[in-house]
Order: sequence, then structure tokens, then C-alpha cells
Amino acid sequence: MSSTARHTTDEPAPSLEDMPLVHRPLPRWAPYASVGVAAVIAAGVLAVLGFGPVRFVLLTLVLFAVTLYAASRTVEGGRKATDRLVTIVVAAAFAVAMLPLVSLLWTVIENGIARFDAELFTSDMRGVVGPGGGVLHAIVGTGLITGAATIVSVPVGLMCAVYLVEYRRGRLAKAVTFLVDVMTGIPSVVAGLFAYVLFVLFFGPGVRLGIAGSLALSVLMIPVVIRSAEEMLKLVPNELREAAYALGVPKWRTVVKVVLPTAAAGIATGITLAIARVIGETAPLLLVAGFTSTTNWDLTDGRMMTLPVFAYYSYTQPGFPPEAGQQRAWAAALVLIIIVMGLNLSARVIARFFSPKTGR
Amino acid sequence: MSKRIDISDLDIYYGDFRAVEGVTMTIEPRAVTALIGPSGCGKSTFIRSLNRMHEVVPGARVEGKVVIDGQDLYGPDVDPVDVRRQIGMVFQRPNPFPTMSIYENVAAGMRLNNGRVKKGKLDDLVERSLRGANLWTEVEDRLNRPGSGLSGGQQQRLCIARAIAIEPQVLLMDEPCSALDPISTLAIEDLIATLKEQYTIVIVTHNMQQAARVSDRTGFFTIDGPGRPGRLIEMDDTSRIFSNPTEKATEDYISGRFG
Repeated sequence: MSSTARHTTDEPAPSLEDMPLVHRPLPRWAPYASVGVAAVIAAGVLAVLGFGPVRFVLLTLVLFAVTLYAASRTVEGGRKATDRLVTIVVAAAFAVAMLPLVSLLWTVIENGIARFDAELFTSDMRGVVGPGGGVLHAIVGTGLITGAATIVSVPVGLMCAVYLVEYRRGRLAKAVTFLVDVMTGIPSVVAGLFAYVLFVLFFGPGVRLGIAGSLALSVLMIPVVIRSAEEMLKLVPNELREAAYALGVPKWRTVVKVVLPTAAAGIATGITLAIARVIGETAPLLLVAGFTSTTNWDLTDGRMMTLPVFAYYSYTQPGFPPEAGQQRAWAAALVLIIIVMGLNLSARVIARFFSPKTGR
Repeated sequence: MSKRIDISDLDIYYGDFRAVEGVTMTIEPRAVTALIGPSGCGKSTFIRSLNRMHEVVPGARVEGKVVIDGQDLYGPDVDPVDVRRQIGMVFQRPNPFPTMSIYENVAAGMRLNNGRVKKGKLDDLVERSLRGANLWTEVEDRLNRPGSGLSGGQQQRLCIARAIAIEPQVLLMDEPCSALDPISTLAIEDLIATLKEQYTIVIVTHNMQQAARVSDRTGFFTIDGPGRPGRLIEMDDTSRIFSNPTEKATEDYISGRFG
């Protein structure tokens, strides 16, 4: 009402011809054309200044953004032009973020594929000096140490999250939250030193045990599990808790039978990602689990090899000829990356499996 | 299966804030008691204090007496969990458990409380409760589908079935129709009329026509201003409240001159 009143007083109400709803857009081929133009100009400029692939891509990108923006601004108007410019910037930022990831994967696959063979998975390094050998002992060690760390961390982390969300009371809960935040930031080598010192108290100096590695990883994993489980439990609507209370269900059963199943998908995803986070830790395992060339299936008996430590040692002390050791290091890194990717994929499958069905 | 509730001098607090003050009323068995009043006057707070759901909110507490068949609900040795098994509740928004099927939702009270129940007995209970909530014919062929796949009105009737499956003495309903369309509302009102043969029902509603249609007795709550506690102004037979109330405030509210 006020706007019509304003129009009638000073200026005539704008007719439809002044405010057309249809604008002339740039043709569909305009972005491609401006990429082409930008590439041609960039090639021309670089022919003078000296050619390089990175320079070429960067210059093309900048010229592309400028030409498309200018074209859009003259034909389509300011808002559309800004939209196109921001689209280009966002896409470029995405590409920059993906670059290291793709490059890393490419490098690891390129270098690791040479030794990515059956022998890698079926033999350890016992008695191997030159070529040959495998990472079986490291796979076993990583599996056992991470598995044990998970078995310890998940119940502790989950129960702590349940306390923080369902039973929190005043100062204690605040202190726990603060400590969890601090623990999230602990450097992994400190966790390793902690585990080492703890085991030295019982077994004397120089102790190297797989279980000590599990402990160090647990210290790193517990805060991650707490944080993710806490967020997931907070997402459970309060109405569901009240519905259960109103049925005369005790609080602990409400938590076990209603709250946890509702949050199960997110919690399972969080746990899987926490595992993925610690499985590549090197420093603490180097300290407390040590390294060895034989397959050790016993967490409580002596040194244990793990994939990150194996990759580190094989690369820094490759033996003779050095190529064989370096190829094994790359292959171990490739195995580790495949495991982590598998964990991430399984997190998605688990989330789909557990998530509440809508039934529509 | 139904009990009379005597409330005397009930003050309800959230921390230091007194939300409801000095309520004294009697809720008759096998009848529907409606509570009406403007928003924020403490109707919901009051109804939640009748099955000790109020204290689920941190810092919330209650002073005064709520006596059901001679037992004070707020007595020192009373377990709130036992209270809630006797006095069921239906909430404003339908809240079926999303991880459970229709069958499991209805069986939830029994299963979560008693652990193992014989399958045959549970089947009977589920069918009886769903029939009691007028939902059986609509869901009998998809009992194992998730409850969240039902329409809003069906979900609310599922929640009523879930509440009556534990065979409570009293059923509290906190604006059970406010999220529903008129047809679902009608279904629930019909249901209330049948349920009152067995249960004592207390219903909070913003819809005065609804209070007039379904209830036998009506209580009017109001509030003097923001930050002031809500009070029970008047309680009487529904017909009297809506035709010839004693208090001016009630008349003003009912005739739409206020609130």
C-alpha cells in the first residue's frame, strides 16, 4: 500500500515496459566462446613472455573471468554478471582444493602400482634385503592396533557423549567438554609419549608393544568419537525422549532404546571417520609399537609393524638396491589410502543402513 | 481403569520463575476435562505437572499436592516413572519413534517396560490399542512399515494408540489437534468421546469449539501480564462455562473480547 502511495505522489507508476520481466540472455555458447578467446589471447601473450602450462591456465582463467563478466554486464546487466563472476570464482576455488588431493592420489598410485602385487599381501620382510618382500606384517599390525584402539575408544567415547548430552550437570559437564576440546588438539606424538611413559612404568625402559600403540591411538580417537557422537545425540528431538518418558520408560532405557538407535547412523559414521583419522598415525606408533620385519599377531608381545611406520622406514632406510625399498614404501602408502577410502565408503553404507526409514 | 485427581494449591516453577500459581481443582473420572486460556497462561505447564513430565526440564519444580486415589504424586517416595505408567500423555506434535515400525511403536511402552512379552499377547495388545485409536483398519496391512510414513493425523492416532497400550488410568492430551486438519481433528474428537468411557481425560486446547464439543468440564486459565504466573480463574461444567460463566474474565475470553 505504501509503495503505490509513494508512486502516485512524486513519479508516475512504472509501466510494464519500464520493468520488463524478460531480459535478453547471453547465448548458451558465450562461456565457451570466451574461454576460447581467453585461451587464444593467453597463448599470444605467453608466446611473447615465454610459455608454461601453469601460467597458461592461470592467465586463461583470469581473462575468461574478465571477458565473460564484461560481456554479461553489457548484455545481461549487473546482477547476472556478478552471478557469472562468482560462479567462476567458486569453481576455481573448488579446483584449487581438489588439486592436491588428485595430485597426491596420482603420485601414490603411479609409484605404488609397481609393487602392488600378490607378494605384497602374502609375505612380510623377514630375511628380505633387496627386492621382493611384502607388507603383510604391517597390515596385520595396523589392523590389530587400530582394532584394539577402536574397541577401547568406542565404548568410552560413546558413554562420555551420552553423559554430556543426556545426564550433564553443571560444572563437571563443562569441565569434561573443555578437556575433550583440549584432547582434540593434542599432537599425536604427545599421545605416543604418554603411552610410552605409562608402559615404561610397568615394563621398564625400551618397551615396545602393539597394545601400547593401541593406547596411544585411543587417546587420539576418544575425543573425536565423543565430539561426533555428542553432535549426533543432540540432533535427536527432545520430543522423542518425552514420548518415551510419558510411556513410563526409565531414562536409561529411553537412552538405550530410543535415543541411541535414532542417532545410530550418525554415530556409526563418526566412529568410522575417527578410525580413518587415526589409522594413518605414524609418530606415536614409531615410539611405542616400534618396527619389525616379521608378522606379529600378538598385541601384548613385542614390536609390531604398522603401515605408516613401514612406509616411513622403507623410504628412509630402503636397503640395497634402494629402488626396491622405495617401491615397497609407495605400495604401503597405497594400501593405507585404499583402507582409508574403504572406511569412508563403508561409513556411507552404514549411515544408509542405520538411518530411520521414512517409509514413503 | 479411571481415577479421580485432586489438585490443591499447586505452584509450578521453572527455576525461580513461578509459571503457575495456586491451582486447586478436581478432575472427575470417566469424563473429559478441558483446559482453555490464552497462550503462555500455563495450561501446558500445568498438564505436564500431572504426570511429573514437568520436572524433565532442568530446574523445574512443583509445590503443592496432586492426589490420585489417595496417593500424592509428589510424595517423597513416589517414583516418577511409575506415575507416568499410570498417567499417559499425548503431545502437541505427533512424535512416533522414527526407528520403529507401526507395530513396534504401539508395543513400545510394553516392550521397553517389561522386556519380554509373549508374541501372541503383544499382537493382541497392538490390535486392541490400534482399534481403540480408530487406526486399525488403515494400518493393519502395513504394521511393519515405519510409523513416520503415516499422515499427520494418522501419526497422532498412532501416538494415542501407543499411549493407551500401557493401559493408563488417566490420559493427558496437550493440544493434540493443533497440528492437524479438520478431518483428522474430527477423528480424534470422536476418539476422545469413546475413550472417556474408560479413561479420565484431560485436554488442553486453544480451540474453544473443541472444548465445547468434547469436554464435560472446562477450566479457564489466564495470566495477568508478562512475567506473572498463570492462574486458574474458573472451573465448571462445560455448558455453564460457555453459556453463563461466573467470572467476567472468562466471559470476555469466550466471547472473544480478550486474548
